[in-house]
Amino acid sequence: MADTAKTTHPQPAGRPEKGAEFGYVGIDAILEQMRRKAMKQGFELNIMVVGQSGLGKSTLINTLFKSKVSRRSVMPSDEERIPKTIEIKSVSHDIEEKGVRMKLTVIDTPGFGDQINNENCWQPIMKFINEQYEQYLQEEINISRKKRIPDSRVHCCIYFIPPTGHCLRPIDIEFMRHLSKVVNIVPVIAKADTLTLEERDFFKQKIREDLRVNEIEVYPQKEFDEDSEDRMINDKIREMIPFAVVGSDQEYQVNGKRLLGRKTRWGTVEVENTAHCEFAYLRDLLIRTHMQNLKDITSSIHYEVYRVRRLNENNTHPSDQPNGHSNGVPTHEVLSHEM
Amino acid sequence: MAARWRGVYPALERAFTLTATECCWAKVTNITSNSCFPCLAAQCRHVKPVTKSFLVTRLGSQSRRCWRLSHSPSLAHIIHSCSRGSRDTKEQNARSLTLSGHVGFDSLPDQLVNKSTNQGFCFNILCIGETGIGKSTLMDTLFNTNFENFESSHFEPQVKLRAQTYDLQESNVRLKLTVVNTVGFGDQMNKKESYQHIVDYIDTQFESFLQEELKIRRSLHNFHDSRIHACLYFIAPSGHSLKSLDLVTMKKLDSKVNIIPVIAKADTISKSELHKFKMKIMSELVSNGVQIYQFPIDDETVATINTTMNGHLPFAVVGSTEEVNVGNKMVKARQYPWGVVQVENESHCDFVKLREMLICINMEDLREQTHTRHYELYRRCKLEEMGFKDTNPECQPISLQETYEAKRKEFQADLQRQEEEMKQSFVQKVKEKEGELKESERQLQAKFDQLKRQHAEEKSVLEEKKRALEEEIFSFSNRRAAAELLNAQTLNLKKDKDRKK
Repeated sequence: MADTAKTTHPQPAGRPEKGAEFGYVGIDAILEQMRRKAMKQGFELNIMVVGQSGLGKSTLINTLFKSKVSRRSVMPSDEERIPKTIEIKSVSHDIEEKGVRMKLTVIDTPGFGDQINNENCWQPIMKFINEQYEQYLQEEINISRKKRIPDSRVHCCIYFIPPTGHCLRPIDIEFMRHLSKVVNIVPVIAKADTLTLEERDFFKQKIREDLRVNEIEVYPQKEFDEDSEDRMINDKIREMIPFAVVGSDQEYQVNGKRLLGRKTRWGTVEVENTAHCEFAYLRDLLIRTHMQNLKDITSSIHYEVYRVRRLNENNTHPSDQPNGHSNGVPTHEVLSHEM
Repeated sequence: MAARWRGVYPALERAFTLTATECCWAKVTNITSNSCFPCLAAQCRHVKPVTKSFLVTRLGSQSRRCWRLSHSPSLAHIIHSCSRGSRDTKEQNARSLTLSGHVGFDSLPDQLVNKSTNQGFCFNILCIGETGIGKSTLMDTLFNTNFENFESSHFEPQVKLRAQTYDLQESNVRLKLTVVNTVGFGDQMNKKESYQHIVDYIDTQFESFLQEELKIRRSLHNFHDSRIHACLYFIAPSGHSLKSLDLVTMKKLDSKVNIIPVIAKADTISKSELHKFKMKIMSELVSNGVQIYQFPIDDETVATINTTMNGHLPFAVVGSTEEVNVGNKMVKARQYPWGVVQVENESHCDFVKLREMLICINMEDLREQTHTRHYELYRRCKLEEMGFKDTNPECQPISLQETYEAKRKEFQADLQRQEEEMKQSFVQKVKEKEGELKESERQLQAKFDQLKRQHAEEKSVLEEKKRALEEEIFSFSNRRAAAELLNAQTLNLKKDKDRKK
């Protein structure tokens, strides 16, 4: 029914005065409209931090968002006990910068890797992530559904690797292997100020090697690069992961400026100095350049995989299936066929 | 111990208000711990039932048991946003945390815009109006290109819709524009069914989007959205009022699509007549309950201009792709012996207003309204029609999965039945055929037997004859032998007689 006739008619750029120019249509004003709409609606971001206790997760999150957003800051500080099982605690905040409002949810997992027997430590976390997908799916398939489905899906999972300097431990490999299929994992080397630069490079190389051998795809995943420009940018990032970070929420005076850092007797580690640690790269990746991309990959790839698997099942609840193998093999489009 | 917890959840100690967009809680004025929490738990859809019991236990002692509320993460973050909000309200009268430095997520809108620019946009306009009223010309003028159009005949038996898709580009924005024209609208003698084709077309587009959304393996972001975002309804410039066809059509379409009425060929109406005409049209629309698209006034940046424009509806437009020299510039205009009507002159017609509203300011809102209002309504009706419900008669939420399962079973049963039927009829046919074959076999056999018998009979007859013949020959040869013997005997006798002489 539609005859497709392609007429490309390049228009002169720029917005002319009212009623003056002949030839201006105004299609590019849609960008402005989109921006307005986005600002009005606000954004949502859900970050999960996973790692053993004492690796500086809460501090890093506070440093990333330059405010006290982590669980430690919100809970009364006598909760120092190490939990007996893995708990999942999520804390939400509304933050705003230059008119852009964002609802940031930080999901913490105290108790990960702290038990004596850490087998299946990834299961509660996997269950939590799948529950978020399930919630979204249920809302999406409702008959009368909300205008804007609240998005509680985990967009990014920051995994903290302790700075042993050798290689990845079995728990790291197990965890990342299972979870890289359902969520974007960004591995970071925590407390990187205990490693010298050579040790750091060696460690990173070992880690990348381990990831490659175990076929673990961390963010940015190679297969989701859209075009060569993306690939170039992401290749640069892939050469740098995992980022060696140092977190701090205290300011010190360095060279006449007040900077975030860790002060020791032999010097001050500046958090935002790229010669000292790679915190700035992590922040740029997560917030300034790839935030939308993280959300897109979560919603259009990981969530869709979950949805396919779920809609092909026969009414079993997703929490009964701890194995998150995301390669469901759907055979046909049952639903549209039935309808 | 209680002291430690006091003030941590101050909001829970007072009253709830709606904070996040997830939950809809009522403002509970009667505050005892038992009344707050069931209310909260019942209305907050994300809370798992198990926490109900915890909630009801008193917050008053604020013991560690209360802490386990956070096992349900959504409840945890609701409580925290709630409590944080109230805490901050005490401090700085704002709900947000202040950042102590530049974090950088203010680039998020840019990231979003960049992504959308890479993908491109799509926009679909439906033009409804009588043949020859100037729909194609207006589209050409609006988008400043020459869409390949040809004049339609006035003799179409039915209203048809012709959709054409174009790729336009302006600076770095790519737009996939689809223009759908109604062909033959208002030309038939009996116009009762005119609107039906249009409604069906719109529904088909919604249906294809719904199908894609319901697929198991879907690709929504690559899907070419063909739903109609805006409908320009062209009103003939009679100067009096709307035609009944217009009213009927617009009434049928107002819940399915954003209708923007325009007065076509506005250069035939004088200014005073135009004003009266516009008032008449708007009052008729209101009195008939037709909901046309109102430009949104909730966003402060565009509220003022949208409100003014809302007052100018319907826009009186003139379309022209020809250029005329006015002053020392070439402008789009229509040249008459008595003057030149300039398309882009605001005192001549409302074309610039239409372009401003349709494209420059509200295109995104049109798309959003189509998706969140009209499409959702269609989806809801369609799914309910198919028998899906959100809650079963006991008011427990049914998962769509269960309904799918039920439907699937029904479908399978149906299939089974049909298969059985087919099998039966097949068996039947086989039997019949077999019977027939047996019958003909028997007949053949009988014929064969008969022939054989005939053959045998004839053979025996022939045998008889042959025997008779042989007997005759035998007797004949006997007689001949006898005759020869006799002959020979007489000859011998004669010889003897001669010798004796």
